[in-house]
Amino acid sequence: MRDSKFKNPIIAWIDYRLPVFTFMEHELHEYPTPKNLNYWWNFGSLAGIILVIMIVTGIVLAMHYTPHTAFAFDSVERIMRDVNYGWLIRYIHMNGASAFFIVVFIHIFRGLYFGSYKSPRELLWMLGVVILLIMMATAFLGYVLPWGQMSFWGATVITNLFSAIPIVGDSIVTLLWGGFSVDNPTLNRFFSLHYLLPFVLVGVVVLHIVALHQHGSSNPIGIDTKSPQDTIPFHPYYTVKDLFGLGVFLVLFFGFVFFAPNYLGHPDNYIEANPLVTPPHIVPEWYFLPFYAILRSFTADALIYLPISWLMSAKLAGVLAMFASILVLFILPWLDRSPVKSARFRPIYKQFFWLLVIDCVILGICGAKPAEAPWTYIAQAATAYYFLHFIVIIPLLGFFGKTKPLPTSISEPVLKGGGGSSSAASTKPMEKA
Amino acid sequence: MRKYLMSGAAALSVVVLASGNAVAAGSAVKPPEQQWSFSGLFGTFDRGSLQRGFQVYNEVCAACHSVRLLAYRNLMDIGFTEDQVKKIAAAKEVTDGPNDEGEMFQRPAQPGDRFVKPFPNEQAARAGNNGAFPPDLTLMTKARVGGANYLHALLTGYKQPPKDQKLAEGMSYNLYFAGNQIAMAPPLAEGAVEYADKTKATIDQMARDVTTFLAWAAEPELEWRKRMGVKVILFLLILTGMLYGVKRKVWSDLH
Repeated sequence: MRDSKFKNPIIAWIDYRLPVFTFMEHELHEYPTPKNLNYWWNFGSLAGIILVIMIVTGIVLAMHYTPHTAFAFDSVERIMRDVNYGWLIRYIHMNGASAFFIVVFIHIFRGLYFGSYKSPRELLWMLGVVILLIMMATAFLGYVLPWGQMSFWGATVITNLFSAIPIVGDSIVTLLWGGFSVDNPTLNRFFSLHYLLPFVLVGVVVLHIVALHQHGSSNPIGIDTKSPQDTIPFHPYYTVKDLFGLGVFLVLFFGFVFFAPNYLGHPDNYIEANPLVTPPHIVPEWYFLPFYAILRSFTADALIYLPISWLMSAKLAGVLAMFASILVLFILPWLDRSPVKSARFRPIYKQFFWLLVIDCVILGICGAKPAEAPWTYIAQAATAYYFLHFIVIIPLLGFFGKTKPLPTSISEPVLKGGGGSSSAASTKPMEKA
Repeated sequence: MRKYLMSGAAALSVVVLASGNAVAAGSAVKPPEQQWSFSGLFGTFDRGSLQRGFQVYNEVCAACHSVRLLAYRNLMDIGFTEDQVKKIAAAKEVTDGPNDEGEMFQRPAQPGDRFVKPFPNEQAARAGNNGAFPPDLTLMTKARVGGANYLHALLTGYKQPPKDQKLAEGMSYNLYFAGNQIAMAPPLAEGAVEYADKTKATIDQMARDVTTFLAWAAEPELEWRKRMGVKVILFLLILTGMLYGVKRKVWSDLH
């Protein structure tokens, strides 16, 4: 204890018995981080902060919310009208879900672009996919709670998907509903699970961070850090950079919360749930639209359904394809055999990456449109391309995609770019994406 | 290769976006954009319009439509005095009880009561309205695509039906209603209310006022929200600017 690295005797005393300060010192101050991370690397910590915001606002909302079909809608309106700052807390929670998804989608596409899923970070990546799945489940459950028209009909459509599973499908649906239709038992269990899953999420996020800190962050060049020259301590360099990024994010986020709080929502959810009136178009929240498009593109006459039509119903094919669109990410580290990580040195892969981004946007647009021509055809083509990208193009590019020569170390291109002149000029090239 | 891929992708997205607009049109006409006192970053509800709008609701709409999420006390937020609110509330009867004898009884409504509904339940409302159910109006501007613009357009959108369109029994033709057949007869007529502030009660004026009132009913926090939003965003802009300075300073020793 006498040779503790902490000068403050109280901190030294505590740390000798419970090494929290050593832990923090190790994970924040000593934790070596590549010096060339660009702003696309801000989105991981940003997602973590949003998760905390969601849990805090959610716990407060739960103090005022009533999970009963007769009172749920009115209790949410009571929060909006009579609870002190209730409208602010609810709008933060509502828009926070959208913000969480946009940030996590960017985080995932950053991983795809810079090859962050490759060895030795495969488990880190797979934990990330688990996080996405839990997030999607939580968001779906939460959207049901206000018990508006889209809540009710969204729940009806999505839970009905499970009936496509052979033999046990109907039993699963009955179990999910707690009865024979979406009703009060459904709302009760959805509320319970919506409260539970975020804490499961926290657990997986902790594992995600443990896996991250094992080998440290990947970087835009995609070559390993080789010397202490290549790295800088996480604190203060990346804490301050993340804080600046958080500031930019909060400006945009609160722009939505205060000035367009319902822009991303659907007007129908301000109509109380009515099992006797079906909305003309049932659409999920924007972040589910690409998956919804994949689900709906498997119709009985769809070209993409033909090869498997002897095996299963179109409905089951759609459900499986929707889940497969995320599950395929689990095996991505093994589908992509290219030894080069970053798309900066894989010019052909870079083109296909942007095609995938465009494909996902097209899927999103199709998901928002009614299921009729030409949207069904566009969605089917986009769905086919989505799987083609992962199953065919990625493995082929691993073998045939030409790559550019890699720099020998992280420091090399950084120093070259800066020219070693004034500090202001030399920081700039590092921040460009 | 690169150029082909990029131009192909660009062409595809143009096709997707262009055809999107064509499909979105549908049968109902898109409501025209209106100037609202409460739109924009610094928008506030026009108090005169709010109070006139309440009068239109109270004297016209309230015959069929409820605003069940509003309480009479909320009217004090739009400039009515406590005495005025007490008088407005007392004009309605509510069921209270049970009293000491275990009996339910009728009493005049008080400021703390929610707005009394015109019909006790949906069945009664349908029975009194040719089978149609007049929806609750509290959240109407949030619950319809187009919001306030749509509401104003609907109230002023009653037209003679085109010759080839046959209307069902008791239905009216409305340019902006989905399917164009609406069960609500034209609710507003010139001079249907006599405004206390002598504003001329044209159909457009009444539609505008009642829409403003219902926009407030749907979002009573709107003014507070926007005021707070301006402060929060200004604070965050300054904070973010300072954080950028700190970031530059911290990173400056790297080279």
